[in-house]
Amino acid sequence: MTKTATPEPLLSIRNLGVVYSTSQGPVHAVSNISFDVHANEVFGIAGESGCGKSTLIRSLLRLLPDNGRMDAGLCQYKGQDLTAMSDEAFRKNILWQEISLVPQSAMASFNPVHRVGDQIIESILAHRDISRAEARERSAGLFDVVGLQSDLMNSYPHEFSGGMRQRAMIAMSLSLDPGLIIMDEPTTGLDVLVQERILRRIREIRAEIKSSIILITHDIAVIAEMSDRIAIMYGGEVMEQATAVDMFENPHHPYTLGLKNAFPSIRDIGSELISIPGSPPTLVGPLTSCPFAPRCPFNLDTCHQANPESINIGTSHQVRCIRTADAKQFRKLAREKSTWRS
Amino acid sequence: MEILELDHLSRHFEIQPGFIDRVIRRHPMSYIKAVESLNVSIGNNEILGIAGESGCGKSTTCTMVSGLLEPTSGDIRYKGKSIIGLKGEELRQYRRSVQMIFQDPYESLNPRFRAADIVAEGPRALDLWDADEIDHRVIEILNAVGLPAHKYTERFPHELSGGERQRVGIASALVMEPEMIIADEPLSMLDVSIRAGILDLIKELQEERQFSSIYVSHDLSILGNVADRVLIMYLGQAMEIGPAKDVILNPRHPYTRALVGAVPIPDPRSRRAIPNIRGDISKPIDPPPGCRFAPRCPHADSSCQANFVELSTEDPNAHQAACHKLDIIADG
Repeated sequence: MTKTATPEPLLSIRNLGVVYSTSQGPVHAVSNISFDVHANEVFGIAGESGCGKSTLIRSLLRLLPDNGRMDAGLCQYKGQDLTAMSDEAFRKNILWQEISLVPQSAMASFNPVHRVGDQIIESILAHRDISRAEARERSAGLFDVVGLQSDLMNSYPHEFSGGMRQRAMIAMSLSLDPGLIIMDEPTTGLDVLVQERILRRIREIRAEIKSSIILITHDIAVIAEMSDRIAIMYGGEVMEQATAVDMFENPHHPYTLGLKNAFPSIRDIGSELISIPGSPPTLVGPLTSCPFAPRCPFNLDTCHQANPESINIGTSHQVRCIRTADAKQFRKLAREKSTWRS
Repeated sequence: MEILELDHLSRHFEIQPGFIDRVIRRHPMSYIKAVESLNVSIGNNEILGIAGESGCGKSTTCTMVSGLLEPTSGDIRYKGKSIIGLKGEELRQYRRSVQMIFQDPYESLNPRFRAADIVAEGPRALDLWDADEIDHRVIEILNAVGLPAHKYTERFPHELSGGERQRVGIASALVMEPEMIIADEPLSMLDVSIRAGILDLIKELQEERQFSSIYVSHDLSILGNVADRVLIMYLGQAMEIGPAKDVILNPRHPYTRALVGAVPIPDPRSRRAIPNIRGDISKPIDPPPGCRFAPRCPHADSSCQANFVELSTEDPNAHQAACHKLDIIADG
C-alpha cells in the first residue's frame, strides 16, 4: 500500500533532539530524528522501552516535563513552523485541533467523575463555537464511528471495559477533525480479540477520514499490519526507516534484523527465537558512537568511534549504519543463533 | 505417570450485595465462577501452556495449584495424592516442590535485598540446608541462570535490568529444587529483544533439571514455542486442549479459531480473516449452565446453552475441543 509521496508532507521533522537534565548529567533521550508524515498515511514507530519513542511524541505535543528541552532543526506542520509558535498559540490552534493524541493508558485518561460523553462534548465546545446540542450530536456520531452505542455516552469511565475506553479515547481524538492523530501503544495491555477489533476499527476509520496516523508500539506484528511506512528506533535515534514491505523484506540495519529474529510469529511456531544479548544504552551524554554497536554482532572499530549518519539506500529507505553494503550477508548470518552470542 | 491432576476443579467467589440490597431487598448472593469443572493433567517433565483472555481463570487455576487458594469443589492431586487440606510438614514440602515465576520482575523482588539474599530466602525460610550449603547452592544457581555470581551476588534489584531481574526470579524458584514450576506470564514485562533469551533459559533448565511446568500466557505465538501442550480457557471453562502445534495450527473450537485468527502477523503482506465472533466478553457472574462462549458463538444453538462438554484426562495427548458443534464447524 505504498503511497506516492505528496510534494508537501503533512509533518516534517528534521534533526529533532530532546535532552533531559538529570542529577547524573544530561540525558539525550532523543537525537537526530528526521522524518516526514504524508497525508493519509499510517507512519509506524517501533522500538523497545527506553528507545525514546514516548519522549519523541511528548516533545511534538509540548508535553515534556520541566527538565526536558527540545531542539529541532525543523518542525513543520502543513507548512507552518511549529518551533516558532508560542505555547499558547500551539495549544489553541494545533493541539487537539490539528494534532490529537490517543494516550497509552485510556484507563487513566478520562476523568472518573464525569460522564464519558460529557468529556468529549466539553473538548469540542472548548474549541468550536457551536451549541451543546450540536456538540452532543457530533459526539454521538463519533461513538458510532468507533463502534460504541451512543447511549453509552451517559456512562462513567469505570462502567467501560478496557477496550471500550480505548475506543472512546479514539472517538475523542477524532472530535475536531485533526490532520494527524498520534496513537501511543493504542492496544497494549488489551486482550487479543479486543485488540483485533480496535485495529480493524482504526483501519476502517482511516478509510473514512482523511487524517494521518502516527502509530507507536513495541509490537512488531501490529506495526507490520497497520503501517504504510515504519521507523525503527533505538537509543534515541531512528536506526532504519522504510516502507513496511521494504522493512520486512529488505531490512538493512543489524538491530532490525535482531528484532525480527526475536519476535515470534503464530504462522511460524516452533521456529527458533533469538535474543539480542546486552541491554540498551543509558544515553547519558551525547552519542559519540553508534548506540547499537555494543550489542551488534557486526560492529567494527569505526562503529565505536563515530555515530554514523543516516544513509539513503533507495527512494524512501534510510539506514543509520556504516555497513549497509554487507546487508545481504548480514541477513543470512542474523538467522544463525551463533552470530548473536556475546 | 501424571505429576499433577486437576479433577473437576472449580472455584467460585461470592459477591456481597450492598447492605440495602441484602437486608431490605433481600437480593440473593451472586457468584463469580472463576474456574468451572476443569479437568487436566500434567505429565512428568512436560510444559503445559494455558492461554486465554483476562478473566478466563488462568491465574485462579495457578493460585489453587500453588496451594494459596482452596478450591470450591473438585480435587488437585499431586503425584496421586490430594493436596486439599494439607497441613504442617506435608504442606511445607508441597510448597517447596511447586514454585512460581512471577509476571513482574520489577515488583516481585524485595528492593532491600541483594540478589544472593533474594535467592537464598526460600531455602533459609524452610531451613533446607546449613548456611554454607545454601551459599554454595545460591552461587551455583546464579551461574546457571546466566548471572555470573562474582558479578551479581551483591547487586540490589535496582542495579539490574528487567531481564536480569527475571533471571533472579527464576533462580529463586529453582534453588528450591522444585518438581513443578508455575510461570505466570514471565515475559510480558520484558522487551522483545531479550524475551527469547529468558524463554531459552526456561527450556534449557527444564531439560537439565527435569521439572514440569504450567506456563500461562496470553501470547499464543510464545506458547507455540515453549509448550508441549496448550489448554485454552474462556470465562473459567476449558475450551480446547491438545499438543501445542495441533491447537494453534489446527484449532477446532470456535473460540480457539477466533483467538488464533486475531493474532497479528509480523508480515505487512499477510491478510487475516475477520474472526467469526460477536459481542464482548462478559464476566462469569452467575453464568447459565451451558457453554460460556455460546452467546458469542456463530454456531451455538439450544444444546450449547443447556450443557457444557467437559474435557477428559483419559488420554493426555489427545486433541479435544469442548464443543457440541464440531461436525458442523469442520464442514463449514
